[in-house]
Amino acid sequence: MTDNVLSQMVFFPLLGAVVILFLPSSRPNLIRWVAAAATVPPLLLAGWLFANFDRTVPGIQFVEKASWIPAYNIEYFVGVDGISISMVLLTALISFICIFASWGIDKAVKGYFALFLLLDMGMMGVFVSLDFFLFYIFWEVMLLPMYFLIGIWGGPRREYAAIKFFLYTLFGSVLMLLAILALYFTSDPHTFDMTQLIAQNDKYSLTVLSIWPFNLWGWSFQHLVWMALFIGFAIKIPAFPFHTWLPDAHVEAPTAISVILAGVLLKMGAYGILRINFPMLPAATADLAFYFLGALGVWNIIYGALCAMAQKDLKKLIAYSSVSHMGYVMLGMASFTSHGINGAVLQMFNHGTITAMLFLLVGVIYDRAHHRDIDGFGGLAASMPLYTGVTALAFFASMGLPGLSGFISEVLVLLGAWQNYPILAILGASGVILTAGYLLWTIQRVFLGQPNEKYQGIAEINGRELFTLIPLGIIVIILGVYPHAVLDLLSASLNQLNAMVIPHLS
Amino acid sequence: MNLANLESLRFFSPELILAGTILVLTFLDLFINNKKSLPLLAAAGALLSLWAVWDLTGTPGGSLFYRMIVLDNFSLFFKVVSLLAVLLAIWMSMESHEVRQVHQGEFYTVLLTAALGMFFMASSSNLLMAYLSLELVSLTSYILTGTLPHNRRSSEAALKYLIYGGVASGCMIFGMSWVFGITGSLDYARINEILLAGAASPMALFIAFVLIIAGFGYKIVIVPFHMWSPDVYQGAPIPITAFLSVGSNAAGLAIMIRFFFPAVSRMGAGGEWISIPGVEWPQLLWIVSAVTMTVGNLCALNQQNLKRLLAYSGIAHAGYLLMGLVVLNNDGLSAILFYIVVYLIMNLGAFLVVMMISNATGREDLDGYRGLAWRGAAFPAVCMAIFLFSLTGLPPLAGFVGKLLLFAAVIKGQFYVLAVVGILNSVISLYYYARIVKTMFLDTPTEDGQVTVAVRILPLLLLLTVPTVVLGIFWEPLFRYTNQSLSFFIK
Repeated sequence: MTDNVLSQMVFFPLLGAVVILFLPSSRPNLIRWVAAAATVPPLLLAGWLFANFDRTVPGIQFVEKASWIPAYNIEYFVGVDGISISMVLLTALISFICIFASWGIDKAVKGYFALFLLLDMGMMGVFVSLDFFLFYIFWEVMLLPMYFLIGIWGGPRREYAAIKFFLYTLFGSVLMLLAILALYFTSDPHTFDMTQLIAQNDKYSLTVLSIWPFNLWGWSFQHLVWMALFIGFAIKIPAFPFHTWLPDAHVEAPTAISVILAGVLLKMGAYGILRINFPMLPAATADLAFYFLGALGVWNIIYGALCAMAQKDLKKLIAYSSVSHMGYVMLGMASFTSHGINGAVLQMFNHGTITAMLFLLVGVIYDRAHHRDIDGFGGLAASMPLYTGVTALAFFASMGLPGLSGFISEVLVLLGAWQNYPILAILGASGVILTAGYLLWTIQRVFLGQPNEKYQGIAEINGRELFTLIPLGIIVIILGVYPHAVLDLLSASLNQLNAMVIPHLS
Repeated sequence: MNLANLESLRFFSPELILAGTILVLTFLDLFINNKKSLPLLAAAGALLSLWAVWDLTGTPGGSLFYRMIVLDNFSLFFKVVSLLAVLLAIWMSMESHEVRQVHQGEFYTVLLTAALGMFFMASSSNLLMAYLSLELVSLTSYILTGTLPHNRRSSEAALKYLIYGGVASGCMIFGMSWVFGITGSLDYARINEILLAGAASPMALFIAFVLIIAGFGYKIVIVPFHMWSPDVYQGAPIPITAFLSVGSNAAGLAIMIRFFFPAVSRMGAGGEWISIPGVEWPQLLWIVSAVTMTVGNLCALNQQNLKRLLAYSGIAHAGYLLMGLVVLNNDGLSAILFYIVVYLIMNLGAFLVVMMISNATGREDLDGYRGLAWRGAAFPAVCMAIFLFSLTGLPPLAGFVGKLLLFAAVIKGQFYVLAVVGILNSVISLYYYARIVKTMFLDTPTEDGQVTVAVRILPLLLLLTVPTVVLGIFWEPLFRYTNQSLSFFIK
């Protein structure tokens, strides 16, 4: 049973999707429960993984390998290490929660949950696959369900948002495909096996390419491949200037899909950089990280925060806060210190839980008021005290209040960045102030002040909604006081990763 | 093996069966009243011919009819492709409302003749034979295009096709006459010997090749010989459009590969092909390939008629396919063969859905597809989405694998710029394919009401959908088959 945990985690949702296709569409509740049931085993297995993961080993564990297409040396190869384990746990948890957050969907229920589970499979697959080809397949498999989930069940401008998301992501992923092929043909013997590609990372040429009369800033084959991969991942993060799909997609997507987008999909960009760019192309990483991860990350932090401050729509505000928070992840990765990189991955996990809470909370209020206009509320604390309390917890976690999880990861990132780039650390820290600014201002406008008469009798948050929020809230508090629950999982692998790049730093 | 006329007949069974079926069809048409049996007979003939092709697979290659045509795995592969295309086209025609207005006997006779022409295109090893086979396919295509009675679009398309075809084949035969003038021979093997000896003037050869590419390119639909295709695709009955879009394209590639690879290049040690020094046709094809895919995709962006849109998408795909020629190695050629099979399945599938909707609603424009999925045609809509995303090249669908192999060959040959152009084109193509999907799924349904599709076509639809998905996940057998098919007989 536990021999192929990872495969079971990946394919259980697919099984659920297939079962749903054969259920009668006249019984939506049955479909919902089957969908929920399909996400339970991955969650339980995630718990088992958390308990049994050997925290002292930096390498991959729970490996499964099978030949798939021998002609091209493609294998079904999955496993987890410290880089991916936290993301696998996060995916299992968020998917489970999002099924319950989707309970209110009543248009084409069958299609919705089938696509949702397909998306779930894709996400899980990306985080566990260690064969580059398999990785790419899962990466792309997520696109189609996402397109339909936003496009059919989304808000008023859903078609625009869906195709924008699709085009941006496809643009990134085809560049990635070229990079994958370039690495494949450089390796000897040709392979898509990531561990092999990493072992051969001295083969990727560093000879400066020049196209007369330019020498392309001294870039080599390795730099070009790095850049192609980076653009693919940066679109997912999303890093400036590729972030513009995010506010649209977030605003138009149904609540649960916004949660998935923010909670899991954005992490894939950062995960890809750590999994692929860092170990496979260490020399290029060392050269380019300062500009494209460090400086761009800080720009993300400040730019995202400033944009968030200007928003009138709650979902858009949170979308831009994601841009800002993912900047910390980039900054942490660029620091090449143990603090920084551990902080970055912890920030990925924390951002996943916190932003998921935020989007769920926006969904709660949107279901009641049918708008998300920040200035359209006021004094909600009087009529919805419980809701206000949970929202305050999420907001404070997001702004990095000590004692909650966001604080730990941001401090680790800034500590790490300070050791190498003090200026960037100072600028990044200023983002914390901006974050506090827009979040507190939002709390003030929505919950405090004169109660808005329109919402005097608004219903308090209900049991199902609380059920989706409480697990996340507990994690936020636990990781705020005991971050080692997650850090222990990560540090061995991440420190090894750092050690691969550091020798190349000039 | 170099056989004279009578000895050759044994290895000529697929063609003989097809020709026999054609004759029987013509005669039977005069005597029987139940025309419904004619397509079945045509299909039976094609199946029998397919069996004969299968029977010949594995025989050592050789030249037939005093070196007029060759028998090798490469030609057998294209015979299979032509037969599959014609079989599916017959099946589609039986269900098509358009084809019902047509004289059945003539229609299926000409359809099979086109397939026979494609056989010769794939196997001719003599310039004159190549020209004749190309003309045979062209002439039958003109007839098939203009077959709809009292239909201006159909007649206009046929005439346009004829004029373009005439000019292109005129250019081609002029180019061939240059080759004949330079080498003094029409036989590919002899041409190869003389040209590789290096005696010919590169400039003259280049001009000859450009002229010949005009003729082949018109069949494959590459820019700037593509103008006929949107009108012809729109005007012809849908099964014929589907058949031409795949069969004619594949046969064009076959004749082009046979001429440019075994005839005028030399096989190196590691699957590399070495072209004649100084004659830069690969560079020319590089440009043509990039331009073709870009023009095709950009023109497709704003099309409202589905057949027209698929015509431009076909041009774009011709551009992708040419990439496999540019790289001058067996990886590229094998990728082309693989892509042709995949393209056959997914493109015919897309046209099949277009035909089903046209049968049910009489509409071919994008507006007619509004909210299709919610108007009782959910299954065809889902299949259409699968075909379209496969044409885009999204995993885990067959089209992705096809593109992957092509791009792999391009990257391996270190044509990075071409790869980037191709990959950006894939992104552009997503926009218009996804627009159809959007119209079917995301738009609110029109008041046209329910669409009822004939249940009888669903098995065919399923037959095309399943391999589109399965080949995306498990493609090793097909890959091995196309690799084996890449053996040329030349001596």
